[in-house]
Amino acid sequence: MKKWMALAAALALGATATAANAADKLKACWVYVGPVGDFGYSYQHDVGRNAVEKALGDKVETAFLENVAEGPDAERAIERLAREGCKIIFTTSFGFMDPTIKVAAKYPDIKFEHATGYKKADNVGIYNARFYEGRYVMGQIAAKMSKTGTAGYIVSFPIPEVVMGINAFMLGAQSVNPDFKVKIIWVNSWYDPGKEADAAKVLLGQGADILVQHTDSTAPLQEAEKAGKLGFGQSSDMIKFAPKAQLTANTDDWDPYYIARVQAALDGTWTSDDTWGGMKDGMVVLSPFTNMPDDVKKMAEDTVAKIKSGEFHPFTGPITKQDGTTVGEAGKPLPDGELLGMNYYIKGVDDKLPQ
Amino acid sequence: MNDQLLSVILTIITASTPLLLAAIGELVVERSGVLNLGVEGMMAVGAVSGFGAALLTGNPYVGVLAALVAGALLSLLFGFLTLTMVSNQVATGLALTLLGLGTAGLMGEAFVGQPGVHLDRLYIPGLTDIPFIGPILLGQDFLVYLSIAIVAGVSWMLFRSKAGLIIRAVGDSHQSAHALGYSVIGVRYLCVMFGGACAGLAGGYLSLAYTPQWVENMTAGRGWIALALVVFSSWLPWRIVAGAYLFGTITVMGFSLQAYGIGIPSQLLSALPYVVTILVLVLISRNRALMRANTPACLGQPFVPDR
Repeated sequence: MKKWMALAAALALGATATAANAADKLKACWVYVGPVGDFGYSYQHDVGRNAVEKALGDKVETAFLENVAEGPDAERAIERLAREGCKIIFTTSFGFMDPTIKVAAKYPDIKFEHATGYKKADNVGIYNARFYEGRYVMGQIAAKMSKTGTAGYIVSFPIPEVVMGINAFMLGAQSVNPDFKVKIIWVNSWYDPGKEADAAKVLLGQGADILVQHTDSTAPLQEAEKAGKLGFGQSSDMIKFAPKAQLTANTDDWDPYYIARVQAALDGTWTSDDTWGGMKDGMVVLSPFTNMPDDVKKMAEDTVAKIKSGEFHPFTGPITKQDGTTVGEAGKPLPDGELLGMNYYIKGVDDKLPQ
Repeated sequence: MNDQLLSVILTIITASTPLLLAAIGELVVERSGVLNLGVEGMMAVGAVSGFGAALLTGNPYVGVLAALVAGALLSLLFGFLTLTMVSNQVATGLALTLLGLGTAGLMGEAFVGQPGVHLDRLYIPGLTDIPFIGPILLGQDFLVYLSIAIVAGVSWMLFRSKAGLIIRAVGDSHQSAHALGYSVIGVRYLCVMFGGACAGLAGGYLSLAYTPQWVENMTAGRGWIALALVVFSSWLPWRIVAGAYLFGTITVMGFSLQAYGIGIPSQLLSALPYVVTILVLVLISRNRALMRANTPACLGQPFVPDR
């Protein structure tokens, strides 16, 4: 319903705008893979969109499509936005990568920005957030807070970003407890509260007492709260859902990036770029540390400061892969390209990576 | 090991109950000869209504009631279109699904991000603490017990009461039932509303007990699974219990196997519940006589009395 209203309003505005003078509003549009109401990943992107409206509302109008499935249907959705007069389109999920490139080729005057992907074009920029920085800190906290030395990790699909997250988490945990273990369940969906809750229950039953997730609902954290265990929120601060269980949440803050990009589009200075911002750029923010003793909090805050200042990089070589080989030069962080294509586990992860 | 097994069994029970509730309602609907494909939509509306009512009043049982009523009301729309206006049942059911999902999303916008009120589990001091059996049999929430009670009630009613006989007659041969003087449309309306109420309850279970929150698309295809389970059970109530629990068991076992680190690909484990359900369905269908005896002969056929 909301998307029809948004499009109808956009159409009406578009119609009146053409009748008005040439200095009409720039239309910026977003495509979300899930519902804005997921209170997780897509929700945070929408918060960013609202920030753009607040900051640039007199020069920019925004619209969005939610619940767009990754795959062929995405192309149709993106194309529709392009035809409706959007001048800059943000496609916010990995699976929109190919559809975005295809539509961008047909509309060279429209600027596209694709999140969490790796394909660029003259009018397609990419952007991503260094979620792994947050995950490293979370790993450290988990190793300190866990009594059983095992964490339960609920994940969606085996794409490099997710694998990167698991590895960063384990590197952080291993820096505190070299024998820390992780149990992984792939639910094959970014968003299914029921399945995530089931996976959480199974993990808790098998001895994990800290839950981590790379899926978008609040269900795992709620299960942790019910069982009196601890966990981490994902994408948004989920403390409301689990006041006693959430240690911190790996939140995405897209506001500054979106405002900067739309402003660049307005100024005519937009170029296809490759942004991968982390804590330093304010794109990854860990929500307030709760439910932990002060010394753990201090350790976490110290690590955050070190990452922000550039003094420390979670993937500093040499890193030992699961098969025993090492990768990366000693003392130097793994290059971005290596991270973006990560398709292996580090040593210490007892799981077979689904190919 | 025992603890793990217990937690797996408890998880299976919660995973299977919404399927059970939705399927038993749909069974009654189909026994009366109506094919209502809108289960997913009714579940969604039930979920959002149940969640909203519980949130606003603070009482989860009010939520359960609201879920029931919401599902029944939506099914009333379906009933009106297919029984009075004699529209195509399949198309109307599909439209109902879309309508239900969209309406639920719209209604639910105010409830997103609100932590929910959840249904309490039964606790009898002393009895519930019996290791293993206690939590399984005596530690469930109200809707789990209700789901079994509904199955028992439906089974008794369909096969041992006059009302059930009339329902089955209407489903098997509506012209004959009409000739005997029974109100075919009236019976079907009641059955459709019962099915809607059960689907609403199933949705309410999702948002009040399973994962106490409201998010769009939280039904995640369970309505369709429930529809398949009705056929799987060859329209026999106790087989629905078997089907729902089989599906729930395999889903949860899939997660368990993954967590153990056994190297079976997760995508295969995700597909397994559906594959096994189809396999069992094929095996069951070999007994053609049983299938013929139990399939409502007039399923999906519109009824227009010819004087």
